[in-house]
Amino acid sequence: MDDKVLLQVTNLQKYFPVKGVKGPGVQAVEGVSLEIKKGETLGLVGESGCGKTTLGRTILRLHEPTCGRIVYDGNTIYDSGGFDIPLKDKDGKQVLDKNGKPLTTKSKKTSQDMLPFRRKMQIIFQDPLASLDPRMTVGEIIGEAIDIHKLASSKEERSEMIKSFLSDVGLNTEHANRFPHEFSGGQQQRVGIARALAVKPEFIVCDEPISALDVSIQSQIVNMLEDMQNELGLTYLFIAHDLSVVRHISNRIGVMYLGSLIELGESYELYKHPLHPYTKTLLSAIPVPDPEKSRARKRIVLEGDISSPMNPPKGCRFHTRCPYATQKCKEEIPQFKEYGKDHWAACHLLG
Amino acid sequence: MSNTEDKKLLEIKDLKVSFFTPAGEVKAVGGISYDLGYGEVMGIVGESGSGKSVEAYSIMGLLQSPGKVIGGSISFEGEDVLSYDKNQMIDFRGNKVAMIFQNPMTCLNPVYTIGNQLIEALRAHNKEISAHDASKRAMEMLELVGINNLEKRMKQYPHEFSGGMRQRVMIAMGLICSPKLLIADEPTTALDVTIQAQILEIMKDIQKKTGMGIIFITHNFGVVAEICDKVSVMYAGRIVEQGKVDDIYYKPAHPYTIGLLRSMPRVDAEEYERLIPIDGTPVDMCCPPEGCLFAPRCEKCMQICFKKVPPYAELGDGHRSACWLRVQEQMSGKEEQDNG
Ligand SMILES: Nc1ncnc2c1ncn2[C@@H]1O[C@H](COP(=O)(O)OP(=O)(O)OP(=O)(O)O)[C@@H](O)[C@H]1O
Ligand SMILES: Nc1ncnc2c1ncn2[C@@H]1O[C@H](COP(=O)(O)OP(=O)(O)O)[C@@H](O)[C@H]1O
Ligand code: SF4
Ligand code: SF4
Ligand SMILES: [Mg+2]
Ligand SMILES: [Mg+2]
Repeated sequence: MDDKVLLQVTNLQKYFPVKGVKGPGVQAVEGVSLEIKKGETLGLVGESGCGKTTLGRTILRLHEPTCGRIVYDGNTIYDSGGFDIPLKDKDGKQVLDKNGKPLTTKSKKTSQDMLPFRRKMQIIFQDPLASLDPRMTVGEIIGEAIDIHKLASSKEERSEMIKSFLSDVGLNTEHANRFPHEFSGGQQQRVGIARALAVKPEFIVCDEPISALDVSIQSQIVNMLEDMQNELGLTYLFIAHDLSVVRHISNRIGVMYLGSLIELGESYELYKHPLHPYTKTLLSAIPVPDPEKSRARKRIVLEGDISSPMNPPKGCRFHTRCPYATQKCKEEIPQFKEYGKDHWAACHLLG
Repeated sequence: MSNTEDKKLLEIKDLKVSFFTPAGEVKAVGGISYDLGYGEVMGIVGESGSGKSVEAYSIMGLLQSPGKVIGGSISFEGEDVLSYDKNQMIDFRGNKVAMIFQNPMTCLNPVYTIGNQLIEALRAHNKEISAHDASKRAMEMLELVGINNLEKRMKQYPHEFSGGMRQRVMIAMGLICSPKLLIADEPTTALDVTIQAQILEIMKDIQKKTGMGIIFITHNFGVVAEICDKVSVMYAGRIVEQGKVDDIYYKPAHPYTIGLLRSMPRVDAEEYERLIPIDGTPVDMCCPPEGCLFAPRCEKCMQICFKKVPPYAELGDGHRSACWLRVQEQMSGKEEQDNG
């Protein structure tokens, strides 16, 4: 893993307007800021509907952001304008004031053409079969990705590439002539991964890539994703339901609640010392595959369900379910602050 | 629970179920046996297609064509369930056993209120009950599964409930006739861990209060550790290992169980360790191999495994493993040493 930041997201917001309803509509992602380093895996967890998929897709601009700023590898691919950014001269050097302090300026509204970035930023979907065109053979599916980005110079090279991608993901070369439905779920997911890898991406959003797979197949795919990352220096945003899997594969983990990032930290540290009450609840809910530990353990059971993102609670969005909520929590949105080394959280309790 | 010792709540012997499809016979359940005592919770684990649901549907008499029970027996409190006529079956399903399904939405009727559906479920089996009593009982059940605001909730429709609440309604519906046996087919698989935790707490609580027996079908070893007394591990339509929950976790004796337990990342792990997957893919049930069905994926497999189906090696206290390794160990009296 590098120290270089590959992706920087600032105050990203995505609202989905609802027909016939006044107001902002579904507030699916609300003010998320995060950075992902090159070669890193950032995990994303949270209850169904909390905005994980929407965040992933908005970063790729498969959804158009409502506002915020996305910088990928030094290029501003989206900016709704007005953010404080470093002031640079025409050689790209930071401009300082008289006292040697770096100056800032307000960012301009930007919306880059995504085509050059589409190849570099890929996504792997939860439902492998639904994401593959049933009328195309596996070879054609991978070939199409190669063609769109004009990555092969001849027919021979193209066919060699298809074969090598199939073997990279543990499939046979003769599988190229088969259709997606002729494969098992695990194999279909391998095809989905081969298609994503075929365009030589740098950054992949993995949206629940193993949820639809059998237990005995999940670990095969997890290991493969790890190997690909090591070989190709890939960077992942890894979304999954299974919190044990997320911790296993991620360097850092972000916890989302009702559209907002409420905690972010190094994976093992976050699981050992969660700061936010919601994170604590979430972790205590994971069943432990050990009967004795399971019997000995006390868990915090949350009352009620996640609120509607159409009408999120004011103040801390978690206050309707939080056992520690005070009056302040109902009125003031807690700030996202750093409490330990690289360990961030948003909760009034933490001061 | 006075008659726990001699009379079992449920006894299944060598149950065989096949689907007769145009492509041939699919042996979905290939001869499984187990028993469940009063107040016991049995977990059935296995990957998708291993026959967990088919087995449950067979007990409920809900198997649909082209599925057919082709052998074995199912006995409930000593009665032969497979020989029940239509009326006996309806009585059995309503008053003695209930089932909770994986997807609650497919089982709730979108055009009737929750209250209406609960009351109907009750009246279908208890014709004498008055409207007032039925409604009272329905509300008690909703309260039992942790739903508040009862008056209002009774009048709402399924789409006004969240996924977790619908699953709780399903549990309420299953329990409204006080069954002695509850079959829960992946009741929490589609839910978030927080909601799963709620449901598990509710089920444990109700189980303690009512003393009913539960068959809990899942593929999540964490959930099994939490709620089950006994476990049956299924692979390709057979139970490959069976035993008390502690034996299965601390002394797994079948290469498939050992592989499964080893392959998943654990929330109680102290640090990163690379996963050790089970190679290969699950059996294609249209053309299963001969001998041990796990042989093509088993790292311990021997010559005999490809030829003959392994019998159970009895390891004591109801712990058994269908594996030639264990059978041979017993024959040579050797201590087992290669767990995990
Ligand atoms: N295209 C859309 N139009 C309107 N609302 C949407 C759209 N996509 C998502 N939403 C809403 O935005 C919120 C966040 O959804 P999202 O799919 O990001 O959740 P998620 O965290 O990925 O959940 P899951 O774990 O179930 O996949 C939800 O309330 C969802 O209903
Ligand atoms: N209606 C059906 N027609 C043909 N085969 C079926 C049918 N239902 C189930 N099967 C087969 O029976 C086997 C066991 O299925 P099931 O009990 O649903 O698995 P599980 O619940 O363990 O995931 C599978 O091989 C499946 O394909
Ligand atoms: S800010 Fe208040 S309501 Fe929100 S998590 Fe912290 S204590 Fe709970
Ligand atoms: S019988 Fe043979 S193939 Fe089957 S699990 Fe045992 S060792 Fe493996
Ligand atoms: Mg999602
Ligand atoms: Mg099933």
